[in-house]
Amino acid sequence: MSMFAVALIAVFVSMLLVIARSIAGPSLYDRVLAVNSFGTLTVLLIGLLGFFTSRPDFLDIALLYALINFVGTIAVLKFVRHRLLGAAKPQHDIARKTNGTRETTGGQP
Amino acid sequence: MTLPYAIELASWACFSLGGLMLLIGALGMIRLPDFWSRIHAAGIIETSGSLFMLIGMMLQSGLTLVTLKLVLIGVFLFIAGPTASHAIANAAWVAGLKPHNLKKDEGILLGRKDS
Amino acid sequence: MAKVIALGLALLAFWLALSGHYTPFLLGMGVLSTGLCVYVASRMGLIDAESVPTQLRFSLLFYWAWLLIEIIKSNYQVARIILSPRINLGQQLVLVPTAQTTDMGRVIFANSITLTPGTVTVEIAGQALLVHAMTADFVPSMEDMGRHVAAVEEGKA
Repeated sequence: MSMFAVALIAVFVSMLLVIARSIAGPSLYDRVLAVNSFGTLTVLLIGLLGFFTSRPDFLDIALLYALINFVGTIAVLKFVRHRLLGAAKPQHDIARKTNGTRETTGGQP
Repeated sequence: MTLPYAIELASWACFSLGGLMLLIGALGMIRLPDFWSRIHAAGIIETSGSLFMLIGMMLQSGLTLVTLKLVLIGVFLFIAGPTASHAIANAAWVAGLKPHNLKKDEGILLGRKDS
Repeated sequence: MAKVIALGLALLAFWLALSGHYTPFLLGMGVLSTGLCVYVASRMGLIDAESVPTQLRFSLLFYWAWLLIEIIKSNYQVARIILSPRINLGQQLVLVPTAQTTDMGRVIFANSITLTPGTVTVEIAGQALLVHAMTADFVPSMEDMGRHVAAVEEGKA
């Protein structure tokens, strides 16, 4: 019984550390990375919570959360890169790539 | 819980190892100096941390449908996780975020390993 | 046609795994929705070697087992770097040539590189992969991995 509590506490502390990085992260990509890790930890948290309360049906929610987390990360990245969520614009992309060391959007989220 | 003692012990070991790896990965997210090294810390959380946690849960549930669902979650995490990591790394690279202490001359080692 | 049947069976297995109720009505619904999904997918022309990779044989499972050991080894290395009192990194960007012939093989290779902590595929540059490694220690293991992936790829009939 108590082993789930210990595992839950470990996941919880990791979540706190990761969310601290997502608040402090200097660049936008640090934040996206931290949020993605936070989502992975949330999947584990939901699963463990299901076992802790002896209701393993929670695993369906965990699986769904894993899917949403992936799609959400990709959607944020696509929006940042193309500034639209519809069709991608390859020319725009190449123009940025040849631009070389363009400065990143510093601390702005 | 009426599990055999050995399985209970193995599950306990998996949970503590997984929790330890999660904490190490989260600590790395805080400690490491720049974005490019933090990706690897996130990799720890995504691979061994979640792997050991899922194995621990599988040992708890035995051979049931729950284990199958855990396997599905594991497979999905292990296929989508690196894809998301690569997407983040590639977006940062395209946006011009360069590694912190990378010397300019040895930046790209062309044809270093000609196998 | 074999790919259509394989996709249908995979989707049906997925349904059975997630449903957990095996009454005739729900099984019928499962078969119905599986059939609908396969029909829509084939109408959209989505069924090809990329979406239904039946060309990969059981050697993939052995590769996964090997990869798991690699992942745990490199996890240990990265964890040691994080826990060391003074972090000194020798970050590197390395161009890794790919020995694979198909796109699927290259994707498996790139994903495996990203999956092992310590190395991340940054970009696919033609036939090579641009890989970021945390320290120089992680670079040699990738050559071995490339050979394994090429062997898996040859498992295609």
